[in-house]
Amino acid sequence: MSFFDEMQSGEGPRSPYRAYQQWLSQQDASRLNAKAHDAERVFRKTGITFAVYGEEEAAERLIPFDIVPRIISGGEWRRLVQGIEQRVQALNAFLDDIYHRQEILRAGRIPREIIANNDAFLPEMIGVRPPAGVYTHIIGVDIVRTDENEFFVLEDNARTPSGVSYMLENRETMMQLFPELFQKVSVRPVENYPQLLRNSLGNVRPRNCEGAPRIAILTPGSFNSAYFEHAFLADQMGVELVEGQDLRVIDGRVAMRTTQGYKPIDVLYRRVDDDYLDPMTFRPDSALGVPGIMDVYRAGNITIANAPGTGIADDKAIYSYMPEIIEFYTGRKAILQNVPTWRCSEPDSLDYVLEHLSELVVKEVHGSGGYGMLVGPAASKKEREAFAAKLKARPSNYIAQPTLSLSTCPILTDAGLAPRHVDLRPFVLVSDAIRIVPGGLTRVAMREGSLVVNSSQGGGTKDTWVLND
Amino acid sequence: MLLGRAANGLFWVSRYIERAENMARLVDTGLRLSITETSTASDEWGSVLSSAGVRAAFEAAHSEYSTPIVADFLLRDLTNPSSVLSSMETARMNARMVRTTLTREVWEAINEAWMTFRRLLTSPVDERDLPAVLDAIKREAALIRGTFQGTMLRNEIFEFAQLGTLIERADNTARILDVKYFVLLPSAAWVGSVLDTTQWQTILRSVSAHRSYRWTYEGEYSPTNVADHLILNRRMPRSLAFAYNGICASLDALAEDYETRHPAHDMAAQTLATLREASIETIVDRGLHEFLRCFIRDNARLADQIAADFRFN
Repeated sequence: MSFFDEMQSGEGPRSPYRAYQQWLSQQDASRLNAKAHDAERVFRKTGITFAVYGEEEAAERLIPFDIVPRIISGGEWRRLVQGIEQRVQALNAFLDDIYHRQEILRAGRIPREIIANNDAFLPEMIGVRPPAGVYTHIIGVDIVRTDENEFFVLEDNARTPSGVSYMLENRETMMQLFPELFQKVSVRPVENYPQLLRNSLGNVRPRNCEGAPRIAILTPGSFNSAYFEHAFLADQMGVELVEGQDLRVIDGRVAMRTTQGYKPIDVLYRRVDDDYLDPMTFRPDSALGVPGIMDVYRAGNITIANAPGTGIADDKAIYSYMPEIIEFYTGRKAILQNVPTWRCSEPDSLDYVLEHLSELVVKEVHGSGGYGMLVGPAASKKEREAFAAKLKARPSNYIAQPTLSLSTCPILTDAGLAPRHVDLRPFVLVSDAIRIVPGGLTRVAMREGSLVVNSSQGGGTKDTWVLND
Repeated sequence: MLLGRAANGLFWVSRYIERAENMARLVDTGLRLSITETSTASDEWGSVLSSAGVRAAFEAAHSEYSTPIVADFLLRDLTNPSSVLSSMETARMNARMVRTTLTREVWEAINEAWMTFRRLLTSPVDERDLPAVLDAIKREAALIRGTFQGTMLRNEIFEFAQLGTLIERADNTARILDVKYFVLLPSAAWVGSVLDTTQWQTILRSVSAHRSYRWTYEGEYSPTNVADHLILNRRMPRSLAFAYNGICASLDALAEDYETRHPAHDMAAQTLATLREASIETIVDRGLHEFLRCFIRDNARLADQIAADFRFN
C-alpha cells in the first residue's frame, strides 16, 4: 500500500518542502542527530514531561519530538481554514440549538436518542445562554490527509483539547536549534497564541463585568497528565492557575483564596471535565471542582470556557452526523469532509462492520486518547474475535471507519530519514470571531507502519509550519 | 496577587531545600567526628540525629550507630521525611506546583538538583564517596540559592520564600545548639577542667561558622562566645538574630505591600526585640536550655501564625 508522502513527490521534494530540502542537503548527519539529542535535554530540563495513566512506575516521560518540520503551504492552509471555520460555526450553533429549541431534532435530522441518552448532554444547561452565545471557546479539530488535496476531519475535540503547549514549545525548540533555518524559510508565527487566547477569553466575559476581566485556569493539579500545559498557558497568558481547593462561591461569585483574602473571578478556563466541575450539581465526590459554580454560571456571573455540556460535540455518534449538522446550520455542504463512518447502532451497519473487521478501525463512541479501539488490519485474528464479541454485546457503543492511508512525513532515525504517519490538530479560538493559529500540533506515530499517533500510546510530535506565501 | 496555596508552596520549597542542605552539613559534621577519636560513635551520631529531630525514628528502625547506617538514614531513606532525598522530592514537588511563580532559572536549578540528587543517592553511598556526595549536595543547594537571590523579583513571592528559608534555618541552628547545650554551660569553663575544643568546633562546623568564629572572636574558644556567635551575632548568617532580622524584614515588606499588619508581625517583632536586647550572660543566667526550648517552640508557632494570617490553607 503506498501512502502520500508530504515531503517527497515522485521527482524530488514537494513544493512546500523545497527550501527545507535545500537546507537539509547541506547538513551533516551527525550534527542533526546531536541536535535531536539537544532537544531532548532541553525538554527534560524544562520539565516538559507528563505522567501516563496506568503505568506502574508513572515516572515522568517525554513526548518524543522529531526535528523534521511538517510543512504546509499558505494556499493549502487557506483551504483548510475555510473548512474548519465552517465546522466550528456549525458546532456552536448546534450546541446553542440543542440546549434551547432543539430545531434539529424537530426537523428529524438527527435521532432524538443520541441527545437524550447521552451522558454528555447536561439538562442543567437547558435554557442557559453563555456570554456572546459561545459554547466552545477552544477547539482542537483533528485532521488527516490521504492525498495532495484530500483532507478528512477525524475528530472534533470541543471539551478540553490539549497539546497547544507542545505546539508552542516545539516552535521555540526549533528556533533555538536551527535559527538559520528560519531565516531561509518564512514561517507564520504561532508564538502569539497565549495572547490570542487571553484576548479571546476576555471577549466573552460576563455582561456585568466591570473593568478588566479576571481570568484563571482551573487545573486538576500537578498530578494530572497535562499539568505542564496548564501551568505553561497560565504563565504565558499571565493569568492565575487555580485548583478546586482555592475556589469558593462567595456573594454569588466564584472567588479564589489569595494571601490577601478572596478575590472574584470573571472567566474560568477549566481543564476539568464536566462531571467533576460542581459537586453540588454533578459528581458529589469530586474534589476538583467548586461547589455551587453552576449556580453562579446560570446567574451569568462567571464565564466558563469551554461551557459545560459541550462534551456532546466530542461524541463520536454526533461526529457521524456532522455532515447533516453542518448543512442544517450553514445551509451549505461541508467543505471539510468527515471520514466515512458506520454507526454500529444501525443493524445494517453492524453487519457490514462485523464482516469487514479486518479492514476497519472501530472506536468507542465515548472514548478518547486512542484507548478501547481496534485497528483491524493491525490486529490478530484473536484480537478481532474478542472485539467482535464486544461489538455484538453493545453495538450502539461503537462506530467504524475505513483505515485511511494517512499521509506520511519523514522523521530522523539513526538510519536517516524515514516516513511515518502523521495527523494535524489545529487550534481554533472562538469569541467575537473565529481565529485559527497557523499550523497546530502535528502528531506522528513513531513506530514504522503504526497509525496510532496519540501521545499516551507512544506517539510523538513535530513542529508544524504554515508558509508565508 | 498570590494564591494562599502558592504562598504555602513557596514557603515549603524553601524550608525543604534549606533542610536538605543543613542535613548534608550535619552528616559532614558527624563524619568528621567519627574519624577523630574523642567520644563514641553512638554519642556523636546520636546527637546529630537529635539535632535533626529524627532520633526516635532512627532508633525505631535501627540498632546500630555506624557511619554507613546513620548516613544512609539521613541522606537516602525515603521513610525519613527529613532525609536529603525526601526533602528534595518534597521541595521539587512543591516547586512544580508553584512553577509559574518562579523564574525559569530557579525552576531549572531546583529541577536539576532533584535529578542530580536522585542520581547520586540511588544506591547506598560508599563511605569513601561520602565527602564528594555531600559537597555535591551543598553545591546544588548553593546554585538554587544563587539563582533565587539573583533572579527573583523582590515581591511577595520572594518574601514568602525567604520566610521559609529563615524559619527553617533558625530552627536548625537552635536545635544544634540545644543538643549540645551542656557543652556550653559555665560549669564547663571552670578553671582547671579540660576544655573540650572538639565539641565546640563541632557545633561551629555544623553551621559553617568555624572560620567566621575565629574572625569575630580572635582568641580561644569559650562557651560564652560560641553561644553568642550562634544566637546573638547579627552578622553570622546562620545565627538566630540574623534569621529574625530577615524574618521581620520580610514580614514588614509584606505589611507594606498589603497595607495590613497581622498577629505574625507582632510575634516576630517580639522575638527580634528579645534577641536584640539580650546579652549572652542574661541568656545563660536564665538558662540556655530553657531559652532554646522556648525559642524553638515560638519559632514553630510563628510558622503556624504566618500560615493562618496569609491563608496558606
